[in-house]
Amino acid sequence: MSRHVFWGGVHPPGQKHLSAERPIELLPIPARLYLPLQQHAGGPALPVVTVGQRVSKGELLAKAQSATSAPLHAPTSGTIAAIGEFTAPHPSGLPMATITLEADGADQWIEREPSPDPFDLEPAEVARRVGAAGIVGMGGANFPSAVKLDKARQAKVHTLVINGAECEPYMSCDDRLMRERAAEIADGVAIMLHAVQAARAVIAIEDNKPEALQTMRDACRVDERMEVRSLPSRYPAGSAKQLIQWLTGLETPAGGRGTDTGLLVHNVGTAYAVHRALRYGQPLISRIVTVSGGAVAEPRNLEAPIGALAADLLAYCGGVDTDCTRLLMGGPMMGQPLPCAETPVVKGTNGILALTAAELGEQRSPEPCIRCGRCVEACPMGLLPVEMANSARQEDWSGIQALKLNDCMACGSCAYACPSRIPLLQYFAFARSQLAEQRRQESKAQHIRQLMEQRQARFAREERVKAEAAAQRRAAKQSRVVVTADDDDDD
Amino acid sequence: MNPATFANIPHAHSQDSVPKLMGRVLLALLPATLYGVVLFGWPAFNLLAVTVLACLLGEAVCLWLAGRSVRLGMLDGSALLTGMLLALSLPPWAPWWIGAIGGAFAIVVGKGVFGGTGQNVFNPAMLARVMLLVSFPVQMTTWLDPHPWLSGSAPSFLEGLQVTFGHWAATDGVTGPTILGHIRTELGMNHALSQSVPGHYQSALAAVGWTGGSLGETAEILILLGGLWLLWRRAITWQIPVAMLVTVLLLASGFHWANPERFADPLLHLLSGSLMLGAFFIATDPVTSPLAPVGQIVFGIGCGALVYIIRTWGGYPEGIAFAVVLMNAATPLIDHYFRPRIYGRTWRGESRPIEKKSDEN
Repeated sequence: MSRHVFWGGVHPPGQKHLSAERPIELLPIPARLYLPLQQHAGGPALPVVTVGQRVSKGELLAKAQSATSAPLHAPTSGTIAAIGEFTAPHPSGLPMATITLEADGADQWIEREPSPDPFDLEPAEVARRVGAAGIVGMGGANFPSAVKLDKARQAKVHTLVINGAECEPYMSCDDRLMRERAAEIADGVAIMLHAVQAARAVIAIEDNKPEALQTMRDACRVDERMEVRSLPSRYPAGSAKQLIQWLTGLETPAGGRGTDTGLLVHNVGTAYAVHRALRYGQPLISRIVTVSGGAVAEPRNLEAPIGALAADLLAYCGGVDTDCTRLLMGGPMMGQPLPCAETPVVKGTNGILALTAAELGEQRSPEPCIRCGRCVEACPMGLLPVEMANSARQEDWSGIQALKLNDCMACGSCAYACPSRIPLLQYFAFARSQLAEQRRQESKAQHIRQLMEQRQARFAREERVKAEAAAQRRAAKQSRVVVTADDDDDD
Repeated sequence: MNPATFANIPHAHSQDSVPKLMGRVLLALLPATLYGVVLFGWPAFNLLAVTVLACLLGEAVCLWLAGRSVRLGMLDGSALLTGMLLALSLPPWAPWWIGAIGGAFAIVVGKGVFGGTGQNVFNPAMLARVMLLVSFPVQMTTWLDPHPWLSGSAPSFLEGLQVTFGHWAATDGVTGPTILGHIRTELGMNHALSQSVPGHYQSALAAVGWTGGSLGETAEILILLGGLWLLWRRAITWQIPVAMLVTVLLLASGFHWANPERFADPLLHLLSGSLMLGAFFIATDPVTSPLAPVGQIVFGIGCGALVYIIRTWGGYPEGIAFAVVLMNAATPLIDHYFRPRIYGRTWRGESRPIEKKSDEN
């Protein structure tokens, strides 16, 4: 494969030194875990436990409601304390249906059958087991992994790309995972290759992680189907579309799927979770989370149970300084602001950041656009962010669609680069919500029109039926009359 | 702790700001400006000061009328830059009112009426220069031979004030035509270039700027260095300057090769007039040039071609201001037709199918 480039992108300061040298530590199980039923793309999971029920570690708490959904398992043993609403990791701060589990401290595993050799299983069975383990994209996309594996096998994908780019600043969880558990990741990759029936795997790692590159190279040496590639450190190198472009020069067609290019992208964390699920029958009940930021006393990489609160992780890392001005779940480029520290870690949580005012930099209000074109240069999708923002401001909804707002993946490169601090992403979000509303109104109007037409058709039908009946009656009557009239004539 | 909201995404920003970008351009202009002031003495300094002050005053009035923060608006440095660029494109011994009218016109008519910074269609400095050239052709074409500071022929401070603010009639002893003007006159008299140019022009002197011309346009090498520094600091992109210079170079080479007695050689074109200044500092004005790299190349080619056409066949010896203003007018059109290709789409915006490659496994 020759070298290719991906367009645009920005170079935000990495800040990985804060946590990258801290080995993964196990977070002690908190007293209570909060498990939102929707931690994945698709329908929320359906609870199969009741309040007060005792559960073991790894026991199914909620099942997948449809093909595109994911089950939820108990991260530790204990008692179901509540099934109700709790603050979800979402910028709205709105509560979401959540199972609350009170840990008993025993951390008692459920009885597990010994796992068969995954390579003896049918590929579809491997994917099914991945799905049953509740594994979703660990890079933050949260898409159920089993669905991706099945679709990729059907699409005859030839290359599995394992994403170890970790291009978001501060994040070091994938870096640590690769450095410390490279062999497990490589095994997970081999299992996924089997599930997809792909010929080879490329593990792509940004060149700012030399140790991870080395350990992964060593671990993959045993399998000649696997190749480790060093990516240039440039945000958003870890975006699937950009990764595919960099590796092959191919582009995911607009409106198409990544697998159209013959490649399937999965995160390193996902490969690790697949290893655990297929080798040990362990569902996805914990993940590595980077706790970092200038306001964290001791930044660390923690292996935390799903459902632990951000506050638990921060407390383990020495607490948050008073100069913390922003709390994030995820990195500074695409991370979600947290409404409060009492928000649970979910399957897609790669980091908890507590940032100081100094780290956030000077806060300025937007200045006039000088059309410098930095946003155009930075956009990895080749869009015109400034024009899209102008269209949004003028509420020109057809114009913004013509500029292909739908192709924007909200990576934030444009807003990062803008010297005037124009809130580009907010303009786009506004436009998206307006367009969605428009579509809703349109479909509603269409629905109403349809109902009206049906009603009128029904009326017309009834009229016709009535008219026909009347006509028949009249005809019958008339024929009688005619008959009598004839009689009269005869007279 | 303030609750963070969606309004903050992304949570990281580059350190760049509009004042920083403008500051870099000003800094890159500084060597050429100092050189111009040294070369043409106190009158040049006076003119520079008057022009810049007129721009700042105009900006303050516009901001105040628009109800914006005068302090913040002034701090972005754009008015200062406009003043500098306008002054650098004026004849160095022009009277004060040329600078004052030009500066005020640049900011008020060139920018303020459009809605201020970022909204103007035309490069304000070049718009003002065109207005001045059309309205005051005598003052705008009285060029000066170099009179370097501290040399015998340099005017003293008081004489300098007299030149800028008093009544001063240009005498032949201190003035002379620029090389481009000279060529135009000589060609008008049907003199071949091989006879008219050599006595009047040496490219080495032109390169270091030891020649008559506008205040800040003569020091081609200093301007080129400033421009390269801007490229290195990423304050400008390469597309416009490279496209513009290469276009002039190619056109000049072609015509000169065809008829060297009628068309000046490419080096003369590159090293004379305000081509360097125009290519690196004027045409690259972000507000009035296209957004996308493809469009910027088209814009640069257009500027270069117009410059050569005006210089060679037009009514004026130099055409940077006209070329830039004309291409500014074409910028919205260029922006409309020359857009980057979108990822996963064809140039026409349709979904781009994957081409099957045989060399991939």
